[in-house]
Amino acid sequence: MSVLTEKVMMRDWARAGQNTLSVYKQHGGYAQAKKALELSPPQIIDEVKKSQLRGRGGAGFPTGLKWSFVPSIDKNPKPRYLAINADESEPGTAKDRFILENDPHLLLEGIAIACYALNAHTCYIYSRGEFKYPSSVLDKAIADAYADGIFGKKLLGKDFELNVYQVRGAGAYICGEETALLESLEGKKGWPRLKPPFPAVVGLFGCPTVVNNVETIAALPRIFEKGAQWFSDLGLGKSGGTRLVTLSGTVNQPGTYEVAMNTTMKELIFEKEYGNGLPEGRSVKAVIPGGSSAPVLTADELDVKLEFDAFKPLQSMAGSGGIIVMDDTTCMVRCLWRVARFYAEESCGQCTPCREGQPWMTRLLRKIEEGRGTEEDLETLTNVAQAIAPWPPIGLGNTICALGDAGALPVQSFVQKFKKDFLDHISLKRCPYGDKPWGALGEFR
Amino acid sequence: MYATNRGWERTWTGAADPTVLIDAAGADLYEPAAMSEPHASSEALFTASEQQQFDKGIAELLSHYPPDRKSAAMLPALRLLQTLKGWLPPEGMKQVAQKLHTTVEKAYEVATFYVMFHTSPPGKYTIDVCTNLSCALRGAEGLLSYLEEKLGLRAGTKNERYFLRETECLASCGTAPCFQVNEDHHENLTKAKVDQILEKLA
Repeated sequence: MSVLTEKVMMRDWARAGQNTLSVYKQHGGYAQAKKALELSPPQIIDEVKKSQLRGRGGAGFPTGLKWSFVPSIDKNPKPRYLAINADESEPGTAKDRFILENDPHLLLEGIAIACYALNAHTCYIYSRGEFKYPSSVLDKAIADAYADGIFGKKLLGKDFELNVYQVRGAGAYICGEETALLESLEGKKGWPRLKPPFPAVVGLFGCPTVVNNVETIAALPRIFEKGAQWFSDLGLGKSGGTRLVTLSGTVNQPGTYEVAMNTTMKELIFEKEYGNGLPEGRSVKAVIPGGSSAPVLTADELDVKLEFDAFKPLQSMAGSGGIIVMDDTTCMVRCLWRVARFYAEESCGQCTPCREGQPWMTRLLRKIEEGRGTEEDLETLTNVAQAIAPWPPIGLGNTICALGDAGALPVQSFVQKFKKDFLDHISLKRCPYGDKPWGALGEFR
Repeated sequence: MYATNRGWERTWTGAADPTVLIDAAGADLYEPAAMSEPHASSEALFTASEQQQFDKGIAELLSHYPPDRKSAAMLPALRLLQTLKGWLPPEGMKQVAQKLHTTVEKAYEVATFYVMFHTSPPGKYTIDVCTNLSCALRGAEGLLSYLEEKLGLRAGTKNERYFLRETECLASCGTAPCFQVNEDHHENLTKAKVDQILEKLA
């Protein structure tokens, strides 16, 4: 059994006033950044590589490696930028929001370390437009850090200028995609760019830019507090540290939890410290493991560890840690329709397969859910999904960015793993779950 | 230097090379003549103190970006305008475009791409209900029909007082169901709690 005994990221969240600078500093805040700034930038990058820190935004890309793609200053003399992705909007994911609300200075301390390592003098934090309260906490934290002389002309007293700005989005899921985020930061609509060139070479304003998730950067002070080796040992395999996951759907105790990399999905759903099981008499039917774009898992696949690479054999992904549980009385067609509708709504309209395909799949799913579907429709549905992004494996999409894949993967995995639900709708000419498609806790009281 | 590396966004500048938007000294070559004079009705848009807030706000925002990248401040500038006026009136869009050295069309291109910008006046209260999967599994569809009934509005429509619409995941998955009233977040909703929130709206 592996319940995390000691919290790492969430360690201080319960402390009163943790989101103020004075309390944060009282408990050793910004000491790690000071320590890190005594190293040279290449030494910092080496430490981060050694810690096996991986991006927490969805792809799980090794952070130190990403940083090392930034060309050296004599090869490319343009300014460098750090962009923090706080545009958390993958359905099922609610973790970055809580870092901003509960421990904003942890993120800012991480930014100080990262910018110094990357020789970046400007950092933009792109936060989600809907985050009114988290953004106000962060704004206050940034202002306090400036007033205290942490940011500004002399970063923590060192001869290094660092300016940190928060930019708020305005309600577009696509802006969580890193190149769309950069477009949005440049004041444009969020249309993803073709890659390569990658942002590390040509990013914001055409300059080398690193885009990192909030949780990733917030882990840096911990790495320099207890050492890269310690952080790496905390994890499992090639994934260092711990993870924040959001458990939602039909469980007794939904919420945001910190788990060890070797915690299993089953433990997360059933342990008292975490989800505490499903309502009495209900069992798991399906679990989305990493935000709604991750291919769905069945009840037989819950022994998977919550580490990044563990999902590969299941043709799914750890994604952004949004775990959604559905019980045995939930209608899979209705669930998939909700997911497909989201991607249809949020497609930016740039690539044809996604712009046309996502709404098409949504219409077909609605047709099937309402009992008007045929087996031919089901075939068309999978054909359309296959045309947007063949699966398995993940990553073969036919669109500029991964939103095409994100919409197609759930459709393919739901239809493949829960085909009976779909065929029942077609043969009965109605939804077998009647007016209660949402499972044990789906009623509004 | 290109203002953007994407062909279809380059704009004819009158300079010898149509792709050059910024001269060697870093000054914008592209400043449409029509917009360099303030519009006659601009005084009607803002009160004196609003105008001051707007001008000061924009100047602050522009200081966050490289001097040759004024249009990068588009999102925060539109947000500022919307905070002052409750929506994005055409006259305000002109002022934003002018201050950011870009065109009104580009300002609208951005404004209409993002759902949180209102290019027509919304009701006094915009209610965004999350109906995505995590919330739906905790009763979001019921929440929406409860609100529809209570407000006498179909989702996606507005009257003078309310604008009720479905929105996508609001990062409240562990605390579902949720909605936002004018961006104020409310979670773990029940019928009793919704009644309470609506009563408080003046």
